Parts: sequence; C-alpha cells; structure tokens
Amino acid sequence: MSGRRGLSRRAFIGAGALIVGFALAPRVGLGQPARLPGSLDGNRRLDAWLRIDPNGTVTIFTGKIELGQGIGTALSQIAADELDVDLARIEVVYGDTARTPNEGQTAGSLSVEQSGTALRFACAEAREILLSAAAAKLGVPAADLSVSDGTVAAAGGGRITYWDLAGDADLGRAATATAKPKPPSAHRWVGTSVRRRDIPKKFTGGAAYVQDVRLPGMVFGRVVRPPSPGAELLSVDEARVRSLPGVVAVVRDGSFLAVAAAREEQAIRAREALKQSAKWKETASLPPSGDALYRDLMARSAPAETVTDKAAPAAAAPVKTLEARYTRPYQCHGSIGPSCAVAHWQDGRLTVWTHSQGVFPLRADLAKALGVATGDIRCIHAEGAGCYGHNGADDVALDAALLARATGGRPVKLQWMRDDEFMWEPYGSAMVMKLAGGLDAQGNVVAWSHEVWSYPHSTRPGSSAGVNLLAARHLATPLAPVLPADVPQPAGGSDRNAIPLYDFGRVKVVKHYVAQAPLRTSALRTLGGYANVFALESFLDELAAAAGADPVEFRLRHLSDPRARAVLEAAAQRAGWQSGAKGDGARGRGVAFARYKNLACYCALVADVAVDRGSGRVRVARVVAAVDAGQIVNPDGVVNQIEGGIIQSTSWTLKESVRFDRTRVTTRSWADYPIVRFDEVPEVDVVLLDRPSERFLGVGEGAQGPAAAAIANAIAHATGRRLRALPFTPERVKQALAGGSA
Amino acid sequence: MANFTLRVNGEGRTVAVEPDTPLLYILRNDLELNGPKFGCGLAQCGACTVLVDGKPVRSCVAPVSSVAKGHITTIEGLGTVETLHPLQRAFIEEQACQCGYCGNGMVMSAKALLDRNPRPSDGDIKAALNGHLCRCASHNRIVRAVQRAAREMRS
Repeated sequence: MSGRRGLSRRAFIGAGALIVGFALAPRVGLGQPARLPGSLDGNRRLDAWLRIDPNGTVTIFTGKIELGQGIGTALSQIAADELDVDLARIEVVYGDTARTPNEGQTAGSLSVEQSGTALRFACAEAREILLSAAAAKLGVPAADLSVSDGTVAAAGGGRITYWDLAGDADLGRAATATAKPKPPSAHRWVGTSVRRRDIPKKFTGGAAYVQDVRLPGMVFGRVVRPPSPGAELLSVDEARVRSLPGVVAVVRDGSFLAVAAAREEQAIRAREALKQSAKWKETASLPPSGDALYRDLMARSAPAETVTDKAAPAAAAPVKTLEARYTRPYQCHGSIGPSCAVAHWQDGRLTVWTHSQGVFPLRADLAKALGVATGDIRCIHAEGAGCYGHNGADDVALDAALLARATGGRPVKLQWMRDDEFMWEPYGSAMVMKLAGGLDAQGNVVAWSHEVWSYPHSTRPGSSAGVNLLAARHLATPLAPVLPADVPQPAGGSDRNAIPLYDFGRVKVVKHYVAQAPLRTSALRTLGGYANVFALESFLDELAAAAGADPVEFRLRHLSDPRARAVLEAAAQRAGWQSGAKGDGARGRGVAFARYKNLACYCALVADVAVDRGSGRVRVARVVAAVDAGQIVNPDGVVNQIEGGIIQSTSWTLKESVRFDRTRVTTRSWADYPIVRFDEVPEVDVVLLDRPSERFLGVGEGAQGPAAAAIANAIAHATGRRLRALPFTPERVKQALAGGSA
Repeated sequence: MANFTLRVNGEGRTVAVEPDTPLLYILRNDLELNGPKFGCGLAQCGACTVLVDGKPVRSCVAPVSSVAKGHITTIEGLGTVETLHPLQRAFIEEQACQCGYCGNGMVMSAKALLDRNPRPSDGDIKAALNGHLCRCASHNRIVRAVQRAAREMRS
C-alpha cells in the first residue's frame, strides 16, 4: 500500500520550498454563492482538494490532520471510490498553510463529515471533468466511457488515462458540487476495513512523528516553565547557564525562559541548571481540592443561562421527585509523547512543524504573538502522539519559535518534558451537574432538570480574540487570551449532551459557564459531553430504580428516535441483557446511551463490573457497544475508535484526576496520574449498525460519556450504592460501601 | 566527553558523549533511529524501550556507559517495511495502534517475552507489557498482535 509513497519526511521537507502555494479563493462576489457540501463551502476550488499527476498518482489535500484516528486512510477511500482509481495511487497532504485548504481544527469528530464530504464531491466533479476531456480526445460521448483505475475506456475500444489527461483537465475552477457521488452499492473501498496507511512506518522506525523531523544544523530546545500558574520570574543566572557545555542560546522574556543546546541531553541539563538558579514569586491562585473544588466552582460568578426549557403539552405533574449532584474533576489529555515542535527562522520568515490540530488557527495566533504577518509563517502538520483534544501541541510551537529567534537561523526542535506536559497542558474542566427529575404515577419521567457548572472547554488558538498560546501570557509584554465564549448549541460546550434525547414531559437545562478559570482548561475529548452523559445516564438509572423499572426498558419507553432505540436494543441483545437480573453485591451490569453532541454517532453500551468489597477496587470486565455512525467508511477504523474510547473512558472514570495545592499543580509524572494498564483493561465487543444510505456521522468521541455512565450504573447494580463523584477510586468505593456519601 | 563504540542492530557505531548520557538521545539524535521514543524520561511509560542483550531496557534512563558492552537492538533492527519481523507484521495486521507512539516499546518488550516464552497466555502478555502505558487504549489489539506473532513464530 505504501509502495508509491516514496518520499521520506526529509525529502518532503526539502521539497517543501519548491512547492508553490496556490490561492484558495475566498468566498467573494455579490450575494452569497450557493452553499456547498462539507468543507467545500469554505474552500471552493477543485484544485484546492486534489491534483492528478502525470506520474499516475492522485494527491488529495485535506486541512485535517492525522492523529492516529486514521483520517488519511478514510479520506483516501472516499477519493479512490469517486475517482475510480486504486487506493495505492492516492497520496495525502495534511494540514499545511502553504498547500492545503483551511478546515479549521481537526476536532469534534467532524473530519469525515467535513473533509470527507468535500473530497467526495470534489472528486466526483473531477471525474466528470476528466471524462469530458477524455470524451473530447477519443471523440465519443462521455456517457459511453467507463473508468477502471484511472484508465478511461470507450465502448468502441479507445483508451486514455487520467495521467495522460492531467494537462488537459483543468481543476483550477470553482467547484459546483453538481456531480452526483456514487451510490453505496458502487463503492469498492468505502465500507471496507482498509488497513491504515500510517501504521507500517510506525512499527519499523520510519519518520512518523514531529519528533522525527531532523533538519541540517538543528539544535535542541527545552523550556523552563514557572513552578506554578501564578508565578513570576524574579531572577535567573543566565550567564552561568550560557557557559554550560553545548548551550547555544538562553532566552528570557518576562517569565518565559528557554534554552537551546547542540545536544538534547545538554539542553535538558541546562534546563535543570536554569530551574535551580531561577527565583520566582509565587501566588496562591488555585482552587481548593476535594469536594470544596466543586463548591468553589458553584460559588463563582457566572450567570445562569437557560439552554432549553420545554414542556410537552400534556405533561403530568410528578408524584415522586429525585435530585442528585454529580461531579467530574480536572483531567489530563496525558499524551504519551510530550508536545514537540520544530521551528526555523529564515530571513524573517518562520516555518514550524507542528502536531497542532489546526495549522491555520495556530498560524494566526503565532503571528499575533510574534508580531509578524501570517504570510510570513508556514505551519506544516507532522503527527504527534495521540492528543484527544487540545494539549500542548500549539503552545510548544510558540515556545520553539521564540527560542529559534535566538539561535542564529539554526532550526530548533523543542520537546516538553513530562512535567511540562502534566503541569501546563490545558485540562478537561472540572464540572458539577445537578439533576432533578419527577415521575408520574405510572413511573414515567414527566419532569427533568439538568444544571451544569463548568469552566471553558475551548481555548484553542483562533477560538477567541487575543492569543491562546501559553508562552504569550508569560512574556514581558504579555498577550492574554480574551475570555472565551462557550461553544454554542446545538453542539454545545459545557452543556454538550446536557439536553436529553429522551421524551420527558418537561425539560429544563441551565448552564453556569465560568469563563475566568483558575486553572487553564480546554477541549478534552467530548468537551462537556463526558460529564453530562455520565450525569444524565446515571440519573436516569436512579429514576428507573425509583420507578422499579428495568434500565433498558425504561430508556426505550422514553425514546422515540428509531436509530437510538436500535443501538440500545442491539447492545442489550449482544450482551444478553436480562430484565430484572440482580447484582450479587460484587458483580453487576449497567447500560447507557448517548448520541454524541446530539448530532453525531449513536452509541449504547453495556458494562459488566466486579467490585472488590475489601479493597474498593472496581474492575470493568467487559463492555459491549452498539454504534450507528451512518455510512461507515472504514469499519475497523470505527471499531478502533470505539474500543479506544471505551478503555480510555474507563481510565478517566476509575482513576484520573489532576492534583494541586492552592499554589502548585502537584501532578508531575505518571506516578501522580495513574491510567489503566493491561491488567485493568476490559474486553470490548463492538457491534456496528451500518447505514450506507445515511450521511457520515462522527465517531471518535461517541463512547466516552456512555462508558462512564454504564460503569457507574453497573457499580450501583452490583452493590446498591450510587457513585456520583468521578473518579471511582478505591477510597470512594469503600466509602460508598460503608454507607458514606460518594 | 568520551568515545563509546556501541553495537546497535549488529553494527559498531562510535559516539563522543558524556558517559552519563542516556542511551535514548544517542540512538535518536546521533544514530538517527526513530524507533525509541521520548515519553517521560523517568522509566515510567516504556516508549523508549530497546533490548540490551535481549532484555528490555528503558533507554531514557540508561547511561551509555552502562550499555556500552552490550548488544543493543532497536525496532529498526527487527525488520524493515520490506522484511517485517513477525511482531511488526502482526501489529500491522491487527491494526494494533491509534497514534502508535507507545508501539515501539510494546514490540520490543513483546520480543523479549516471545524469546523466552514462545507460547504465552494472554495473562503472560499482559504481565510482560504492564509497565508500558498506552493512552489511545489499543491494549486488546496489542495482546492479539502478540498472540498472532507468537503463532507465526512457532510455525
């Protein structure tokens, strides 16, 4: 599969300078042009999306980036099908501000929906253009032509290839999206588990990551972060560190401190020396821990904003009411590879190799922070370790760029150390969810209220005015981010998935969005969705128990969306769900459902747990999932995302919370932030409900929320005790079993 | 600075570095091997694992002076895209990663396991890899990949 993809990263980098950027036509003209599908709407030229090369390859350009989710493979499948070429002919260029469309962030499980849809229509149109060029050459009507692997054949025997036509078929034109994409029955690649194109090099030592970018004359950088979020640098002995072996540059700008050295270990030693000599003024700026964290969050000033308040015309008055409060702590992305970037200044122009999820928004913030024009910065995607949202990827790009200004034109590779990542990545926000509900005499939910308190979930570059890059706030002339707005509905941010899809009589959702955050927070896989689904689906089980109803039946009773019902029924059936089965004090099973964002894939889970009553340890033995992601491009890719999501969510749910005192973050290493290991991982079984005639639905985040709730419900089923505070550590479990509040 | 002649993937390579330099930086930066990764620098995650005389070693904390006499094997030494080792082939067949950053360590520790135990149980594999962290949560696929490689290597 990789036979035609011969360029090494180094060769690619070398070639980069020769590639002329094309103009991405902005949306111009009088009146709004017709809306085009997916990201084609914002990037309307066909040659922004694909190029047919005389050498027999097709290059597709996506503004999205590969982060181990397999997007490059899925997009190749879509393009190969629409063009009728072999998959091996497709080359992919990912986010590069000089070469690809601007598709904003690779986030929200939207890449197949946005980029895949754009490529599908662009490639279908390109095929029509190629066919009409072929028709002209062969002197036959286009309708009499067929295509096989890029060879166009006329019924009467004439032949010509796309590669012959590359010069004649002009893709330098506006897309119209009038060419009809193929029906699912005509797909050869879409719908099959094609192997991912990024994997072979990852297991053979190929240059696969930004950490593997090597440039001539490159030096190694490290950053020295303040010891705490409120700290200011008072003094540091730069001269002494400059005299250490190999040190090329020490940069101090306000409280920003970084060092470059000829060798990586020298940079690390110099970082230690700077840390030793730096004097800081620290301020106790952090919130309290434990339950006080949540009382503090709820006490912060934030207007109560009504997200929805609806009542069915015939909603009865409740005869029984319940309420409960759920909490979620700050949690880490915890990428295995700390954030890294390579920066190179040449004649006042900057090139950055970055694993940012959005090269264009990063470029815009870098330009503001560095005081240079966006046209003088090129950001090129190179993969990092899995990020699961907004980690340090963007921040480290500014660190590297600031340091590389002092290295006399030598490129700098700067990687964060483990403690940089744990102490300074933007966390998933702490949250509180207060739920209340009422049952009528028949045990149906007739009133539902969900109130959520949260810090921001999206402080990515480009998400507000100002600069959302960490080092910018530490500079002598600091550039602060403007307080970010919450992500609006229908996707939602802090209130993501807070609106139930169930038919309850009266539904009210209120959010308290606290924009001024004591600890930096941003997008962690699902934003508020994980905690809201955890609360919603836990509380639904609490109501089911109060109604004496079976959790699956109770959900189905309130669920009219047939696709939602189908995943719930499929998961229950695959798991062998038995209505009325009792937990035995240690073992139990729980169910949960969500449609991610209320817009993307449908996912229902059944989790089996075993609770060790002595130690308080919870083991998730097995999880069965049923997923409807609309038309599936790559079934194994979907399964991989759901499996990974379930296991990662198991880790969040059982183990993870960021630790801090009132001044410093005390989570510094994996010893302070345990995640699940092999001996704690559940078996996972995923059922896919393929719907080839439905549009793509994003799948990457579908399992996070339901997994947490299914585990909580399984523990309650096993033990009769309800855990409402994440994570479910052994201490919390023992406390709950002893009858204390949890 | 001192000269060290290392035996890496069967070849002698001489580097001039401080004796306490962690092996990882020599492999990645002097020898330009991409396989071993910097993950934590604390021997906590396993991404930097290489084999020294067949045993898994966390190269991020192993001073070069401590491994200078050993035979060092990195994932590059197992096989190439054209000549895959059964473990590499199995990880590709099972699509046993998302980001793959931890994959180097998983493969190297699995190699050491299969060399001493050609017929491991799933529990044996989990025990051998329990010191390796995977954040994308590909654990089950990784266990399947090691079993697949074991089968191939036995036949």
